[in-house]
Amino acid sequence: MRSWELVRFAVGAIIAHPMRSALTSLGVVIGVAAVVMMTSIGLGASKRVTDTIAGLGSNLIIVQPNFQRGGGFVSGGAGQGLTLRDSDVEAITKQVDSVAAVAPTVSGQAQLAAEGANWSTRVQGVTPAYLVARDLNVASGRMFDDREARQGRKVLVIGATVARELWGDADPIGRRVRVKTVPFEVIGVLESKGQSGFGQDQDDVVLGPLAAVRSRIVGRRTRGDTVQTIYVKAATADDLDKVQEDVTNLIREQHRIKPGEDDDFQTQNMASILAASQAAVATFTVLLAAVAAVSLLVGGVGIMNIMLVAVTERTREIGLRMAVGAKRSDVLIQFALEAVMLSLGGGLIGLTIGVLGAIGIAKIGSWPAAVPAWAGPLALGFSMVVGLVFGAYPSWRAARLDPIEALRRE
Amino acid sequence: MIEFDDLRKVYIMGEEEVAALAGISLRIERGEHVAVVGPSGSGKSSLMNILGGLDRPTAGRYRFGGEDVGSFDDNELADFRRRRIGFVFQSFQLLPRLTALQNVELPMIYAGVSPHERRQRATKLLERVGLGPRMGHRPTQLSGGQQQRVAIARSLANNPDLLLADEPTGALDTHTGQEVLALFRELNAEGLTLVLVTHDAGVAAQAHRRVSFLDGLIVGDDHGGASA
Repeated sequence: MRSWELVRFAVGAIIAHPMRSALTSLGVVIGVAAVVMMTSIGLGASKRVTDTIAGLGSNLIIVQPNFQRGGGFVSGGAGQGLTLRDSDVEAITKQVDSVAAVAPTVSGQAQLAAEGANWSTRVQGVTPAYLVARDLNVASGRMFDDREARQGRKVLVIGATVARELWGDADPIGRRVRVKTVPFEVIGVLESKGQSGFGQDQDDVVLGPLAAVRSRIVGRRTRGDTVQTIYVKAATADDLDKVQEDVTNLIREQHRIKPGEDDDFQTQNMASILAASQAAVATFTVLLAAVAAVSLLVGGVGIMNIMLVAVTERTREIGLRMAVGAKRSDVLIQFALEAVMLSLGGGLIGLTIGVLGAIGIAKIGSWPAAVPAWAGPLALGFSMVVGLVFGAYPSWRAARLDPIEALRRE
Repeated sequence: MIEFDDLRKVYIMGEEEVAALAGISLRIERGEHVAVVGPSGSGKSSLMNILGGLDRPTAGRYRFGGEDVGSFDDNELADFRRRRIGFVFQSFQLLPRLTALQNVELPMIYAGVSPHERRQRATKLLERVGLGPRMGHRPTQLSGGQQQRVAIARSLANNPDLLLADEPTGALDTHTGQEVLALFRELNAEGLTLVLVTHDAGVAAQAHRRVSFLDGLIVGDDHGGASA
């Protein structure tokens, strides 16, 4: 008895009832497709979150006003809640060690107008340190220097998207653009960073000197020394926690916050944000995969059900096979193979559907398609195990049949 | 070739023990043509099952060509059936999915015969039983007599020492039945040992020897020879 003969028996039985075999496998098809799709979507989401956060710059601490605090003491004044000042920036620069860059920013939405073209975007008021903090480079022209930033010269460094929207393919350096009626001159273009993980265009940026943007664009609602966000870049990843702690203590001191009182600002560490969001995505993925695995289990029960029917239906066949010399193990293997093939076939189809589905969903949701390399082996391994586990009992029943009884069955 | 010594088969039915075979001793030599007769419940089916290696005796000895078949386990019995026995059943027991040729090849698959040799032998056997032109037909496309011929060809696939037929003409009309019996006689004339279970006196009359069963015992062993 050669083992491939048993494979042929199993294949013969499967193709003898194509419709029934297809329906039997359907449960596994759906289960495997769901597992593959869910893990791919989960992985895609995780990648997207990681890319987005990494795109902000590495070793970064973000200091922002804490808008939650003091909700009860609404004074209604202009710039309410904006608690960070130039003095905080100065203090961090001077007093905190292991800092690569301290970049204060303000920003406001504004309409840009140049030679008939219009473009509405967010204009950021920054210092040159911003490029270091956010890992940005100037592709052509130059960045304004510290002095220009302080003096509030009316110059801009723009992203590739802004340049294209306003001037097409023409070189934007030296051109004049009106930002909310205030004329500025373009002196540099940033290197392209492309789309972020969340589908944001990272080249849709306009950087201007902090003082100029603060007074001319963000407007009268803010005090003259207010900053909205301070980016602090630690020298190395190992310094991140220490720098965050030092910055927190220093600003508390600056703001004269007594021990026990809440901060009127918050610091966020990119590494911890990354870790937290990745953990959230991982939990989500595991949950989705668990739900998908349940459908795989249901598919297995479907196979067991049909295999039990097949054993009953083919009792006489089993008896005859035994009479002409089949051992119990031959019968067992034949039926187990049938179950495994049904399941494995379903797994293959499910894998194809799952991969195509994941790519499709990625396209629709502008999501990075991330079908893990182990999806194939995993899906096929799983469906094989499902076939073995759920085929075991029906096969055992077939092998235990008494040939005399089996041959007598109508 | 075949020896039964005080063979017993006891079934437990609830509380009761029912002796299907109550101690029989029988010898069958190579080349014999034996009809086993008796009313239903006489024990002839139990004898058939044990003789064919489908069942084990409760007590007593069963030897076949020097092998102690009575002591075989399931795997040894499967092996024994494959090598030694050809079965012919009343209801033919052909697999409906398979063609006549594939049905005849089936026992050879379990014997590990190569596909090429299998095909050749199955073709020859089907020609031998007069079904050469219908090898590609499925059982449903064949008449009862033709199906039984396919079954006989299948029983010969592994060159058995004994052909065991259980009411082989029971599902056939008289004329077709006679043709099948003629085929059996031919095979026997070529040296094949034949044991036929029947309760048709006409069928039994064509055998060389008639062994009669009643209530689990042999009540007659008539070596009267074939009337044909």
